[in-house]
Amino acid sequence: MNLESLIPWLVILPLAGFALTALIGRRLDRQAFWIPVLAILVVWVIAMGLVYEVLTGSAPLLPGSETTHGYEVHLFTWIPAGDFVVEVGFVIDALTACLLIVVTTIGLLVHVYSIGYMSHDPGYWRFFAYMNLFMFSMLLLVLASDFLVLFVAWELVGLCSYLLIGFWYRKRSAALAAKKAFIVNRVGDVGFALGIMLIFVSLGTLDIREVIHEAGTLEPTTVLVIALLIFAGAMGKSAQFPLHVWLPDAMEGPTPVSALIHAATMVNAGVYLVARTNPIFAYAESALVVVAAIGIFTAILAASIAMTQTDIKRVLAYSTLSQLGYMFAAFGVGAWTAAIFHLMTHGFFKGLLFLGSGSVIHAVHEEQDMRNMGGLSNKIPITYVTMLIGSLAIAGIPPLAGFFSKDEILGESLKLGFVWVWAIGFIVAGLTAFYMFRLMGLTFWGAFRGPKEIWDKVHESAPVMTIPLILLAIPSVLLGMYLGLPLGASRISEWLAPVFEEGEAILHGGAEEPAYALFGIDGVLIIASVTIATLGLVIAWRLFGVTIGPLRMPERPERVRELTARAPFFYRASLNKWWFDDLYHLLFMVIGGKIAAAIWWFDREVIDGTVNAVGGVTIDAGRGLRQIQTGRVQNYALGIAIGFIVMAASYLLLARG
Amino acid sequence: MSDSLDAYLVLAGILFAIGSFGFLARRNAISMLMSIELMLNAVNLSIVAFGAFIPGLGAQGSVIALMVMAVAAAEATVGLAIVIAIYRNKRTPLVDEYDSMRQ
Repeated sequence: MNLESLIPWLVILPLAGFALTALIGRRLDRQAFWIPVLAILVVWVIAMGLVYEVLTGSAPLLPGSETTHGYEVHLFTWIPAGDFVVEVGFVIDALTACLLIVVTTIGLLVHVYSIGYMSHDPGYWRFFAYMNLFMFSMLLLVLASDFLVLFVAWELVGLCSYLLIGFWYRKRSAALAAKKAFIVNRVGDVGFALGIMLIFVSLGTLDIREVIHEAGTLEPTTVLVIALLIFAGAMGKSAQFPLHVWLPDAMEGPTPVSALIHAATMVNAGVYLVARTNPIFAYAESALVVVAAIGIFTAILAASIAMTQTDIKRVLAYSTLSQLGYMFAAFGVGAWTAAIFHLMTHGFFKGLLFLGSGSVIHAVHEEQDMRNMGGLSNKIPITYVTMLIGSLAIAGIPPLAGFFSKDEILGESLKLGFVWVWAIGFIVAGLTAFYMFRLMGLTFWGAFRGPKEIWDKVHESAPVMTIPLILLAIPSVLLGMYLGLPLGASRISEWLAPVFEEGEAILHGGAEEPAYALFGIDGVLIIASVTIATLGLVIAWRLFGVTIGPLRMPERPERVRELTARAPFFYRASLNKWWFDDLYHLLFMVIGGKIAAAIWWFDREVIDGTVNAVGGVTIDAGRGLRQIQTGRVQNYALGIAIGFIVMAASYLLLARG
Repeated sequence: MSDSLDAYLVLAGILFAIGSFGFLARRNAISMLMSIELMLNAVNLSIVAFGAFIPGLGAQGSVIALMVMAVAAAEATVGLAIVIAIYRNKRTPLVDEYDSMRQ
């Protein structure tokens, strides 16, 4: 069968799954998962086939390109309006293929996991309907060949995120978190929409590939503005400072949602967007510096907050922020391949960690506070082992996945001359290992701190939940080695070379990269980052305890208290998330509310007042004039007579005399 | 018969003034109709007088006067018919009771 003809089914199937489940899901009750899960399974099979063809280079060359293998399909013309033509079409190149691997694989595993995780929820069918709608939107986003279609998908994933964060909408905090996510995302989306408009005004087309090729013909300031506006959209969706505040609150949603949307796929859309438009950024180098600065600042900010949070999901949420910051920092310094590499590995191990945290939360009866956990490693061994793998992976311990991608980011930033990015990223690497093993220590090691009756009922999750964990643990171990080896000429850089070739040529002017030196600078960097990761990990062990085989350390809460008392400012800042929520509350709710109230007053009293006054005068005049309409013929006749006499008299007086 | 046009016009003016006063002042519908007739006749008189005193008009003055009479007759018929119809409804000939068109 022709694979190309199957491409549209990647989006049709989840959409059909959504429509069917939405229509008949309520009647299917506990069986409602069949249609959505099977739809995603078929999508996964098709996607893997396409990915294989594209990445091995057996796919045909894309039209107008000598190096890029991939597929391009035109579906239909959406808006034919003179010069303004929007085609709905899909392009699969290496970049889309990389995203497809993450989206469909994690999407499938999260769907399967949800069968078990959501099994007692009254909104079972609604959950799966939304999940399929999300898969449709996300696939449309990575496949779209046109900025406008991409923007539609961009808004659709935002909508799904809103619906799923607020899935338990009777809970006030969930409804508020959903609203917060939606509104904060809108701020970025306005920028993205303006960027798209500017692209159309200056280039006259919205086809992504055409825009990228013609970006060089633009004025430098125009390119810079476009790049910054696109990045504004990416900042909203990928929760970068200062639009980062929505992601931690988004943890109000069900845990599979946090894993799929708010860790592994949707939040990567921003990274995908900037990577997709890389030549635009290459023409605007100052925009790249902005990206790097915001990325690395978000990385250290979020990592510092993650160190003291007590909600297991919030630690992971801040960790996601921090890792997304790494990706943007990598993009900003020009290590684009490293950014996508980290996107892929992070998608897998963070998805794993979130699903694992869901399993933990289930085991301790919907408790999310780590202060009421501890010592769970023997009770829930599969969750424990898989989460340990995920934690080691994100901490950057070789040879797990996170080590390769993070090391590439740090190494590239130093070699490309961004020493400050490397230095901050280096610290963040240590913090990452620390907060992850704080989480592990508080959750799995030491003694249980919650109520006794819960301890007795702690149990491992059903296989439908643990098997996805195991399946995600495998790429968390192997993916880094598969994609990142051989060092210096990794597989992923071979794959993505055609995608970034144009931008790289603009950015570096075709300068040869220095050869990879395992026994030189690169080797030193590897040793350095492994050392800092190990340091963070050992500190966490000494403070929060560890029990891995013969490696045993007790937790030492008194030492933790002593340390926090020694740096009270940093402790309070971290605990209160550097007061960003309070600052925004002050800026937008208190001060903004006052401004809004003043504007409302002006609108009500001046604008509406004028309109109402006009109406009032008319009504009063009518009421007055009504008096002379008596209904008596003779009054009217008198009026006619008087009028006639006045006219005749004025004629005689004025015209004659 | 006077030789002066003015005399006829003054008489016509007086007749018209009496007619319009009657129309405005009388409350009885029949009286009002009669006042209208008076005004019409005043106009007719002035038309005939113009016809007689202005040579260029020939027979036109008389023809128009005849026309006005025909129309006045028709108008009186219709007017009386309306008054009778209203009278049957309202049981009064007084026009200030006929105010159902008011709002």
